[in-house]
Amino acid sequence: MTRTTKVSLIVNGKGHSLEVDNRTTLLDLLREHLHLTGTKKGCDHGQCGACTVMVDGRRINSCLTLAVMHEHNEITTIEGLGEPGNLHPMQAAFVKHDGFQCGYCTPGQICSAVAVLEEIKSNIPSHVTGDLTAQAEATPGELRERMSGNICRCGAYSNIIDAVAEVSGRKA
Amino acid sequence: MKAFTYERAASIEAATKAAEANPEAKFIAGGTNILDLMKLEIETPTHLIDVNGLGLDKIEPTPEGGVRIGALVRNTDLAADERIRRDYGLLSRALVAGASGQLRNKATTAGNLLQRTRCPYFYDTNQPCNKRQPGSGCSAIGGITRQHAVVGTSESCIATHPSDMAIAMRTLDAVIETVNADGVRRSIPIADFHRLPGDTPERDTVLEKGEFVTAAMLPPPIGGKHIYRKVRDRASYAFALVSVGAVIQSDGTGRVAVGGIAHKPWRMETADAELPKGARAASSVLLSDARPTDQNRFKVALVERTLSAVIAEAKG
Ligand SMILES: Cc1cc2nc3c(=O)[nH]c(=O)nc-3n(C[C@H](O)[C@H](O)[C@H](O)COP(=O)(O)OP(=O)(O)OC[C@H]3O[C@@H](n4cnc5c(N)ncnc54)[C@H](O)[C@@H]3O)c2cc1C
Ligand code: SF4
Repeated sequence: MTRTTKVSLIVNGKGHSLEVDNRTTLLDLLREHLHLTGTKKGCDHGQCGACTVMVDGRRINSCLTLAVMHEHNEITTIEGLGEPGNLHPMQAAFVKHDGFQCGYCTPGQICSAVAVLEEIKSNIPSHVTGDLTAQAEATPGELRERMSGNICRCGAYSNIIDAVAEVSGRKA
Repeated sequence: MKAFTYERAASIEAATKAAEANPEAKFIAGGTNILDLMKLEIETPTHLIDVNGLGLDKIEPTPEGGVRIGALVRNTDLAADERIRRDYGLLSRALVAGASGQLRNKATTAGNLLQRTRCPYFYDTNQPCNKRQPGSGCSAIGGITRQHAVVGTSESCIATHPSDMAIAMRTLDAVIETVNADGVRRSIPIADFHRLPGDTPERDTVLEKGEFVTAAMLPPPIGGKHIYRKVRDRASYAFALVSVGAVIQSDGTGRVAVGGIAHKPWRMETADAELPKGARAASSVLLSDARPTDQNRFKVALVERTLSAVIAEAKG
C-alpha cells in the first residue's frame, strides 16, 4: 500500500480530483493544494476554530480531519459563501457590525455562524438550551454558547454576536 | 506526523481483519482525537483504517425497549435525537457540555468513549509518562496536579478520563458491543469498559488489540429528572474539573456518576443508595478512598457541592 491516496471532492461547487499524502488535512488541501487561503490555520489542534468550514452543510474543524476522508463530500469555505461585491448576508453583517479587528479568525467565525443558524433551525440543542423538548431559539445566550468553538484573539465577541443576531432576525 | 498507509474499510469484518494483520494499525472515526495525537507523535500508527463508511450511524429501538446507538453516530446527532432528548436527557446534556459544535459534528460515539486523557504530561513528549511510554515514570506525581484524579489512582498514573458522554452512559448503565477479527462478539457493561490505571496505565479500557466497537446499548428508560452539571474553568468549551451526571426520582432515590475525578466514570451503587440522605452522605461514600494532592483537594469539596446543586435542581 502507498502513502498517498486519490480523493475527489467538491469545493465551493467545483469538482477536484487529486492524489495527496495521507497525512494531508482537509485544511492543508484547501490552502496548499487548492490555494483557497481564506480558511486559516490557527492552532492546528481543533482548539481555536479558525479553520472552520462546512462539509455537506455541517461545520467542522478542517485541521482535525484528513483530506482523504472526504471522498465525494461537498465543502464550502469562506470563498464559497460570497465574494467582494456579492457578500453573503453574514459577511455583510460582520462588516456592518465591525465583527473583527485583525481578521484572522473571521472566515472561521463566519462559516461557524452560518452553520449555527442552521443548527438552531434544525433544533439541535446546546448546553444552554432550557427545555430539551422545545424548539431551540437564537437568543444571544444561545449564540454565545454555540459560537464558543471560535476564539477571537482581538476580543471582537460582542460585535460578532450583534452580527449573527442581526442575520438571525433578532436583536442581540 | 509520521507517514502511514490508509484504507477505507468496506465492512466491519474487513476493518477488524486489517487491524489484526497490522498490530500498528488504528481505526479512525471522527479523527478529532487521534489526529490531534498523531500530529504530536503521541500516537504513531503505520496504517489507518477509516470506519466511517460502515453504516453504523443509526439509533434504533431495541426489543427490550431501550436504544442501540451505532458506534459512528455523531455526538451532535445523538444529542439531537428525539428519543434521547425525551427519555435519556442526561445523555443529550452531557454531550452538549463537551467540546464545541464543530467537534461534536465529527466526534463519534465510539471515538468519544475511547478518547485519551488530557493530562498535560501525556501531551508533552519531552516528559516521562507511563501512559504514553510504559515504564518511563509519571511526571504528574509530584508535578502540577490541579486537574488530576483524586480516586482510583495508582503509583503509576493519576490521570482522569475526559469524556462527558461516558459519565451519562455510566449513569444510564450502557452496554458496549464489540466484535473482533474472529467474529467473536462481546457485550461489555460500561462499568467494566474503562479501567483503573493500576500498573498498566497505557491501557485505558478492556478492549483487546483490534477489537472494534459496533454500538452502545441503553436499557429501557428509567424516568426521573436527568441532570448533568459540569464545573470548569470557563463557562463553555473546556474540560471538566468535576462533573456530575444524575437521574433523580421524585422520592429522592436515584443514581449518580462523577467525572473529572478518576481514570474512569466514577459511580458506586453504595453511594446511589445514600442519595435520599443528601449530597454529603452520597459523596462521602464516593470519595471514601480519595487520595487527593494539595493541588486537587478542592475537587473533594467540589463533588459534594456540585451534587448538592444537582439534588436541589431535581427538587426544584
Ligand atoms: C479542543 C477540544 C476540546 C474538547 N473538549 C471536550 C470536552 O469538553 N468533553 C469531552 O468529552 N470531549 C472533549 N473533546 C474530545 C472529543 O470529544 C473527542 O475528540 C471525540 O469524542 C473523539 O471522537 P472521534 O470519533 O473523533 O474519535 P477518533 O479520533 O476518530 O478516535 C479516537 C480513538 O478511538 C478509536 N476508535 C474510534 N472508533 C472506534 C471503533 N468503532 N472501535 C474501536 N476503536 C475505535 C480510534 O482508533 C482512536 O484510538 C475535545 C476535543 C478537542 C480537540
Ligand atoms: S498521570 Fe498518567 S498520563 Fe499523566 S503523566 Fe502520569 S502516567 Fe502519564
